[in-house]
Amino acid sequence: MANITVTPTRMELTRLKGKLKTARRGHKLLKDKRDGLMKQFLETVREVRALRSEVEEELMTVHRSFTVASALMSSEALEQALLYPKQSVVLTQTTKNIMSVNVPVFDFQTKTKSDADIYPYGFAATSGELDAAVDALGRVFRKMLKLAEIEKSAQLMAEEIEKTRRRVNALEYVVIPNTEETIRYITMKLDENDRATTTRLMKVKDMILKQAIEEKQAQTAEMLENFS
Amino acid sequence: MAATYQIAVVGDWESVMGFRALGLDTYPVASADEARETVRDLAKTDCAVIYLTETLAKDMEDVLARYKDELHPAIILIPGREGPLGIGKNNIQRAIERAVGADIL
Repeated sequence: MANITVTPTRMELTRLKGKLKTARRGHKLLKDKRDGLMKQFLETVREVRALRSEVEEELMTVHRSFTVASALMSSEALEQALLYPKQSVVLTQTTKNIMSVNVPVFDFQTKTKSDADIYPYGFAATSGELDAAVDALGRVFRKMLKLAEIEKSAQLMAEEIEKTRRRVNALEYVVIPNTEETIRYITMKLDENDRATTTRLMKVKDMILKQAIEEKQAQTAEMLENFS
Repeated sequence: MAATYQIAVVGDWESVMGFRALGLDTYPVASADEARETVRDLAKTDCAVIYLTETLAKDMEDVLARYKDELHPAIILIPGREGPLGIGKNNIQRAIERAVGADIL
């Protein structure tokens, strides 16, 4: 229900009309934003799904290789082999702006140049399965980072879309109808006031006329009396 | 702006040891409570990506929800040794529902 506690004045009417105009423009803009975001979001989500199943599958292969490796080696030896990493990764994060949502972009530099040069142990004391596992993990890592990037983007975009959707709906179903209702109320009230004024003026005019006529009649009567 | 960040892997020892070979920071934990503490501490540091095993994540909904809407850390679920539990995929589904208001894919 519209807010009827406003004072029905011309100034208030002008203010409300301005507000309605702004609300309509905001509504249109937000709707466009929502649609644009949604398009981007669905694209990203499709990418995330595909990449996630790939990563999950590959990681399972890695886990299997590690399981085999840990079966072939003692856990102490395994721990020792992986204790001190040769490789190290430096992650840089920049942000990208998609429809006013800041999403992360990850980029990483590795310490060793070649992907083949990541084994932190000598080959003599470890089993071949461990090499395979580490190698596979090295390959899946790029995908994992990409996944982190787009999955986070998807989450952030989902949040922004939800917010925008709420705003659009609030404008469409609450703010704009309410303002329209109030404007109608004020217009009617002002018209009513106008009519009231007109009627009152007519009434006053009638009264004045009546008085004038009575005065005139009294004068005439007096003159007639004097004449006779 | 490009600052440098860390990548952390949180999970049970068997699942995370391999990542150490890649030069990531690994945090072997035994229970979800321990993982919760670790993730909280990591979020305060310059850690941009946290890979968390699904096995632990299923008991840590609260922590995941807490960091979902922040730019970092990005908490990404990976399958643990027990195999994928579908939580990661479910989360994508939930994001869609949240954005669209209905499940459309």
